[in-house]
Amino acid sequence: MMDKKHLLEFLLIHADTGNIIGHRLGEWCGHGPVLEQDLAMTNFALDHLGRARLLYQYAGEIDGNSKTEDDLAFLRFEYEYKNLLLAEFANTDFAFTVARQFFLDSYYMDLLEGLTNSTDQRIAQIATKSLKETSYHYKWSSEWLIRLGDGTEISHAKMQTAVNEIWEFTGEFFIPVESEIILANEGVVPSLELLKPKWKRRVEEIFSEATISIPNREYQQSGGKAGHHTEKLGYILADMQYMQRAFPGLNW
Amino acid sequence: MKTNDYLGEVDPLTLKKINEVLSNVFDPEIPVLSIIDLGILRNIKWENGILVVEITPTYNGCPAMNVIEWNIQAALGEAGIEHFKIKTILDPAWTTDWMSEQGKIKLQEYGIAPPQTKARIRKMFDSEESIICPRCLSNQTRLVSEYGSTACKSMYQCKACLEPFDYFKCH
Repeated sequence: MMDKKHLLEFLLIHADTGNIIGHRLGEWCGHGPVLEQDLAMTNFALDHLGRARLLYQYAGEIDGNSKTEDDLAFLRFEYEYKNLLLAEFANTDFAFTVARQFFLDSYYMDLLEGLTNSTDQRIAQIATKSLKETSYHYKWSSEWLIRLGDGTEISHAKMQTAVNEIWEFTGEFFIPVESEIILANEGVVPSLELLKPKWKRRVEEIFSEATISIPNREYQQSGGKAGHHTEKLGYILADMQYMQRAFPGLNW
Repeated sequence: MKTNDYLGEVDPLTLKKINEVLSNVFDPEIPVLSIIDLGILRNIKWENGILVVEITPTYNGCPAMNVIEWNIQAALGEAGIEHFKIKTILDPAWTTDWMSEQGKIKLQEYGIAPPQTKARIRKMFDSEESIICPRCLSNQTRLVSEYGSTACKSMYQCKACLEPFDYFKCH
């Protein structure tokens, strides 16, 4: 029997990623470049938040300390968060948001597909449901990457700058932490190394259509899954956790 | 119908009655559609004297789901059923293909264009065309925004009567 702490860690990596990227996308509410895209991003925010809830609920059940989804989302410290670093990056501008979303969506397309075959039935079910939503997020982020990349001189430059800036935070997708290696051996999660070639093909395909070049920097940053975050996460948590800390146990 | 049937043997008529009760639970955001019209209600069954109601969410983050669950509890309580549990199932994932024909007619009468084809994953830059206007029934319409006020809807405008309208998109 596999140790529950590995499963718990894996669930938190993706619950936290969903929670944080959901929050970031939600920050666009009322600030989108046009109303239609404002709506698109807030729609996606809700999907990510919904997915995070399903994962937090499951994590709470196996945690065994009667933690609720709210406890997990609102009452943990920064170093206890395990989200992918990319999710916590500030929105900056629309090109940056599109690049961030494209990298995450293209990763989740293959990861979720792999998870639909998980030996853990609950994970397989959550993945089946989530994959449907990620498919249209991926369509949206690919389309915008192409529109902006292959658009005007200015939009191209902004898209390329955004890609260059966050490229080194994509390596973490495929660098497994111990839990992910153990779970992969158990058939609970796919092997991350095996997902990488598929992801690379997606990136190459969309980038070539978008006339965006793949940065050739080798160095890749990791640490999010182990709780080592950028300075940006603390600010999000301060914002997100304010109500729960000011009014403990608040329900709405 | 005796209300103590839940303690005894499974009576198909009882399930029929419960089905009727649940057909009066509506989506809070689209109050003409019941959870049966939407395909949210997947199954009802008795398990050791407890009624198990299986529902499936439309979209993962749809805020209507919580309200729907409360309304199911209220409806069952009102019908005198004391022992029940509501179970959420995710697989197979909900699709608009499960929407009833009656539900589609009710949607249209309500002013929302119902899903017009089978759900499928669309190719890049492909959008749903020729959606029929729920007001004047023209198919000369244009997509305004693929995303709308709720996760399940897109916004269109009719070129014939010029009215904007919501479209319940295929999913």
